[in-house]
Amino acid sequence: MFMMFKKLRNSFSQVPLLGWLLGALIAVVLEYYLGDALADVLRLPKIPVLFGFVIMLKKPLLIPSVLIFVMLIYALPIGTVARLSAPVTNRLVAWLFKLPMIISVAIHLGLLYAILHLWSDISAYRVLTLKLTMIAIMVTLSLNVINGYMGEFSCSHPGFMALGAYGASVFTVVLFAKDKLFGAAILPAALGPYMFPVALIIGGIIAALGALVIAIPSFRTRGDYLAIISLAFMFIVKSMIENLEIVGGPRGLSSQPDYANLPTVFLWTVACVWIINNFVRSTLGKSLNAVRDDEMAANAMTVNTRQTKIVAFLFSAFWAGVAGGLFAHVLRYVNPGTFGLQKLAEVLAMVYFGGLNSVYGSIVGAVSLSMLGEALRPLEIFKWIIIPLLLILVMIYRPTGLIAFKEFDVKKLIKPKHKQEKEV
Amino acid sequence: MTYFFQNLVNALQWGSFYALIALGYSMVYGILMLFNFAHGDIFMVGAYIGFGVATGVTALASFGAIALPNWLILVLTIIISMFLTSFVGMLVERLGYRPLREAPRASAAITGLMIGIILETGNLAMLGAKRVRFPSLIKSTTYNIGGVFVTNKKIMIVAVSLMLMLALHQFVRRTKYGMAMRAMAFDYVVVPLMGVSINTIAAMTFAIGSALAAAAGILFGVAYPVLDPYMGIVFGWKAFVAAILGGRGSILGACMAGFLLGFIEIFVAMIFPSTLRDLIAYSIILLILTFRPHGFFGEPYSARLRL
Repeated sequence: MFMMFKKLRNSFSQVPLLGWLLGALIAVVLEYYLGDALADVLRLPKIPVLFGFVIMLKKPLLIPSVLIFVMLIYALPIGTVARLSAPVTNRLVAWLFKLPMIISVAIHLGLLYAILHLWSDISAYRVLTLKLTMIAIMVTLSLNVINGYMGEFSCSHPGFMALGAYGASVFTVVLFAKDKLFGAAILPAALGPYMFPVALIIGGIIAALGALVIAIPSFRTRGDYLAIISLAFMFIVKSMIENLEIVGGPRGLSSQPDYANLPTVFLWTVACVWIINNFVRSTLGKSLNAVRDDEMAANAMTVNTRQTKIVAFLFSAFWAGVAGGLFAHVLRYVNPGTFGLQKLAEVLAMVYFGGLNSVYGSIVGAVSLSMLGEALRPLEIFKWIIIPLLLILVMIYRPTGLIAFKEFDVKKLIKPKHKQEKEV
Repeated sequence: MTYFFQNLVNALQWGSFYALIALGYSMVYGILMLFNFAHGDIFMVGAYIGFGVATGVTALASFGAIALPNWLILVLTIIISMFLTSFVGMLVERLGYRPLREAPRASAAITGLMIGIILETGNLAMLGAKRVRFPSLIKSTTYNIGGVFVTNKKIMIVAVSLMLMLALHQFVRRTKYGMAMRAMAFDYVVVPLMGVSINTIAAMTFAIGSALAAAAGILFGVAYPVLDPYMGIVFGWKAFVAAILGGRGSILGACMAGFLLGFIEIFVAMIFPSTLRDLIAYSIILLILTFRPHGFFGEPYSARLRL
């Protein structure tokens, strides 16, 4: 049994990433065209939305048909296509590998987007889940810069998100939407989608300016005191927005224009992962690690600790702000209550579940916890017993998270995977 | 002026809740150097256990099984619930913190947060979403002292919490176990080598902290008799702020900062519109920490911090 598993694993280890993506593409195309018919044959009410988790928990009688559906639509096509196409895709990838890397990366990302687009085209629920998951990835990554790479315990990210969300929302609502708070649109609505990146960047910059409140005290203090300062900052931001009647106060701000469609969110997420990954692998990123491990020694080794800290905070807050802006435009409604202690617990859980000091970890943590949150929804409140228990177990057996201290290397990810013998 | 004193009385009352909860944070911090983020929810559990005990004892008394005056029921409730809640604290320590003693501190913080969520949800699952009313055990009488209205409940709350704090102080200063706790706070690496079990002391610290939180929960229930499963969150985080403000690991500091937090909140609400309360209160705390980054009685940050 074990040997068989090992053999299977060996044979699949030759599949490059492109092969997996190709398989997934075939699977989603199959689902797109045959999904309804197959669901009908298997007497499912409709295509299982999240790989069947939701419907299996709701109606246990349907478990066999859901399993067959998932097997036929996802597992079989992905597995066979990926394995059978491996010789072809390997050669293709090897050829692409010689070209400038940007082309190869673009092809991979294009395929990934096509998969996500087709997959989410089935229902609006999938689109929303996907967008929120991608935003969670951005927030988690930006928090990982502070909590993982710099080793502080910052509790302020909901505050940064709130600043970004309100900054971007006010910009778009004032300029491009008719609203009861700000009156008619100033600029023609056709211009809106082009100005949306500007809105997000403004939101990010506002968040970064807010981060100065925490970055400056962080010169003198670390650890728990900084945690409190950042926590106080979060409360202050929330309370400030609640008292600003001009942006709606506690009732919140609505009628954001619908600019955050799937491609926009996808592009921003890719940009965020790319830039943060480059940042943490740069000299500055390494100096973050130096500050975390021993501030005094880092200072002696010519690391400018103040500059490092301030850049890290501003950078992290900027991305949290961008994510907040996207969040506001995805839901098209924000209120200050969203950015409270619950959001904080959620984001912290994603960072520590996925793994500190690792871009992979943040992606895994954000995706798995948001998907788990959606998949366990039928359990109602017991969801909030299962997820914390899972996190506690992860913390006990892997205290730094699932995939901690692992570098995200694009080159390694997209390179061809020939047989072991050939390489030697 | 009477207005001022009236608010002073209210501030003392709120301050005693914060101080009692902050003590639990501070003691655990002193020994294990990590914060028990489930503490706010232990406060909630304590209040609910108090509710259960009070209802049970009142029912027994009304059946005539035992004849007790109401104040004695309250005292019994406080004592029994403190005893029961201390086991909750020990359980949290055993399951959530002992396996993580060598892990990064932040992991333990996450575990604490998650235990808190489990306690909240567990309560919600067991008792349902409706709020429960704490039985009113003592009849409220109001005294008019020179224009300031003071209820007997407020006096009782402040007196009981001061008594508990004093008892804790005596315990830590005068007893063998208190000495072990102080030694552990001084150096938790060497003291276990001297034959003091860190597991015993840690469990005891959690137990005492939880008992104090339970007392705070019952006193809160006496003053504001509506309990809900999420009441511990805000109290917990605010008491955490107080514990830090007092200086980590300092019992006196935690008490004082708890009262200070109560004063700040009440007096900000007195002068400014009450919606600005959190904004101004936390800005003041931010300022205090910017100029005194290690709190009132804490030691300046040193290499001893393990991260």
